[in-house]
Amino acid sequence: MTRSILAFVSLWLAAAAPVAAAQDSMPPAPYAYTQLDDPAQEAEAQALMETLRCVRCQSQSIADSDAPMAGDMRSQVRMRIAAGEEPEAIRAWLVDRYGDYISYKPELKPLTWPLFAAPVVLAALAALLLRRRFRKGARTGGDVA
Amino acid sequence: MIAELGLALLWFAAAFALLQLFTGLLSLREAGAGFAESVRPVAVMQGVLVTLSFLALIWLFLRTDLSVLLVASNSHVDKPFVFKLAGTWGNHEGSMLLWVTVMALSGAAIALLERRLPERTMLATLAAQAFVSLGFYAFLLFSSNPFTRLEPAARVGAGLNPLLQDLGLAFHPPTLYLGYVGLSVAFSFAVGALMTRQVGPQFARAMRPWVLGAWIFLTIGITAGSYWAYYELGWGGWWFWDPVENASLMPWLAATALLHSVSVLAARDALRIWTIMLGVVAFSMSMVGTFLVRSGVLTSVHSFAVSPERGSFILALLCLYIGGALVLFGLRASTVNEGKQFAWSSREAALVFNNVALTAILGIVLVGTLYPLLTEAFGVRVSVGPPYFNPVGAIFAFPMVVVMAIGPLLRWREDRFARVGRRMIAPVAIFAIALVAALVLAPGIGILPLLGLALAAMLAVASVLPVLGRNPRRVKLAVWGMVVGHFGLAVALAGMASNAAFTTERLAAAAIGDTVAVGPWDVTLSEIEPIAGPNWTALEGTMTARYRGGAPVVLRPQARNFFSPPTATNESALATRWNGQLYAVLGQEADGGRWQLRLWWKPFVTLIWIGGLMVALGGLLALIGRVIADWKQRAIRVRLAERREYREAQP
Repeated sequence: MTRSILAFVSLWLAAAAPVAAAQDSMPPAPYAYTQLDDPAQEAEAQALMETLRCVRCQSQSIADSDAPMAGDMRSQVRMRIAAGEEPEAIRAWLVDRYGDYISYKPELKPLTWPLFAAPVVLAALAALLLRRRFRKGARTGGDVA
Repeated sequence: MIAELGLALLWFAAAFALLQLFTGLLSLREAGAGFAESVRPVAVMQGVLVTLSFLALIWLFLRTDLSVLLVASNSHVDKPFVFKLAGTWGNHEGSMLLWVTVMALSGAAIALLERRLPERTMLATLAAQAFVSLGFYAFLLFSSNPFTRLEPAARVGAGLNPLLQDLGLAFHPPTLYLGYVGLSVAFSFAVGALMTRQVGPQFARAMRPWVLGAWIFLTIGITAGSYWAYYELGWGGWWFWDPVENASLMPWLAATALLHSVSVLAARDALRIWTIMLGVVAFSMSMVGTFLVRSGVLTSVHSFAVSPERGSFILALLCLYIGGALVLFGLRASTVNEGKQFAWSSREAALVFNNVALTAILGIVLVGTLYPLLTEAFGVRVSVGPPYFNPVGAIFAFPMVVVMAIGPLLRWREDRFARVGRRMIAPVAIFAIALVAALVLAPGIGILPLLGLALAAMLAVASVLPVLGRNPRRVKLAVWGMVVGHFGLAVALAGMASNAAFTTERLAAAAIGDTVAVGPWDVTLSEIEPIAGPNWTALEGTMTARYRGGAPVVLRPQARNFFSPPTATNESALATRWNGQLYAVLGQEADGGRWQLRLWWKPFVTLIWIGGLMVALGGLLALIGRVIADWKQRAIRVRLAERREYREAQP
């Protein structure tokens, strides 16, 4: 099922082998594989990282990726959290830089409103369906067997 | 020779499917009643022919006949036997041939075994089944011929994608296909019943084993895929809301709703239209899944090498079948009687509520999966991930779990809530206790894991109430199936919530001899050694882990590098205890001779997959129970008929 993710990563690595090699020879960014000392801040950073997309992978967050770019982004997020920035401000900054694609948490925008309308419409439809069903049931005395 | 024979057999099978369609349709009219006799034999013959064709392809793969394009591009002379076999369906053409083979075999099985349905509905069902098969035959013969020759023949073959050379994955496609195709049978039944307007308990009993069987395979497929992602990807995630995962989840959701709806129809002759609708939706979701996975819309290992032509072909089939079925549904739904009515407070009502909730979740997953594809068409790329699916799904999933706890305690048709209220005291008390306990144990716990844990505890208790205090040997096997399945879902939910709430992560750079603590574990890195496998080299770390200072457990995670294609993977190492898993990954070398270690302590994470397997086991118990019951009933009917004949023969 999700082997796609691994496959995609491997394909990408194969295609970008020279680049990857160059990047591998560089040490990873300071906080790519290092946690923040303050557990509360680390938890905050972790929660944010889980909702940011690794743009070089398929369907992986930067919190679950070995890609060097994901490591750099993790480091960015941790350093900004440590500097006292709000998680949502960091998300906004990243969206500004990389586009909406980077964030797994869709924002309410002219183009994305159907995503938010969907649960409302579905809930309304469900309520309507159930109501109709049982109105009829009540009228026939709940039993026409 | 074998390749040409296989292709000829495939053409003949397609011709028989066409014959099955026409004789089936003609026999529904009065003028064509003479054809009725031939529909069943034709369906059986179609199954035999396509099976022989598939066997021919297996034969080509086992012999590694490199003059066949498909074999040359997907196999290799030196591959082990089992992967040569799996290579047959580890590619686009072979997997489509497997699809039609399983489908035709199911058609043959219905034709041979199913005698309960009204004959007209039976004929319409076989015609519908042939109509669906024909699309896939056309797809195979016109754009995905598995038997194309290669001139000149290849010398060694290109080999199978190394990622697919995994024993578990060799059997992953057949498992999911059995699920998808089982739903195609349910679809054919639904279309057949719509054509003849004969929807009733007999129809539901005929359809149920196919739905149950398909659902069991889908459940196992999803559970296994999730565990594979968990241990293989090296970051401890078990579900990513990846479109390919969603493609398997959507048919499962529809099949779950259908399964419950068909049970109501069989037991109470209610929910006729709803069952038909779900039958259409379930197979539509299988088709959507196949389209997403195989069309190349998504880049993944599943899309093999697809051309746009094939993508459009699948899309055309998708529109034809779903659109056609929906039109038929629109035309006929109003003429099908809705079935028996029931009160607000009844088991039927609980099942209706949950079917609506499941369908709403299906809607959410569908919108969330397709929406990014839609915006991409407008040149805007957005991502929809866990922050959307988890809370929005929970809006419908949590009330569903509550109703799931109450539903089995309710009587059919009409019940008093007061009577059930008394039996719900224990589950509700457990809910409150779990809620408080979770808040005390993990003060910062998120709202979703908190409710998930408490609801799981409630459901676990409530799900065993239907059999509590009853003689276990007198409880029907199907009821045991329900109890085990519902309890399994509670177990899985507890695992998901616990993993989300209590996981501890530790990233550390450790030198040889250093000890790192993660949760209750102390992990010592003892050595790092290079080792080599058949097509990879790796660094293997040896770690000694102690749970609360107890006996040491040795873990050996690897950082592997494959040669061709050059791929780096992490082989995680797991230490499983009854109360969770320690998950260890060896990362890159850091400065100062230290190594990056990634460690997680995941309390009760294994419950996710244990629960998933319990759900599948529940389905299996129900299936066995139903089949045995049907079989006994048939035996009784035969005996009654014999006795009647005997009596009539007496003067």
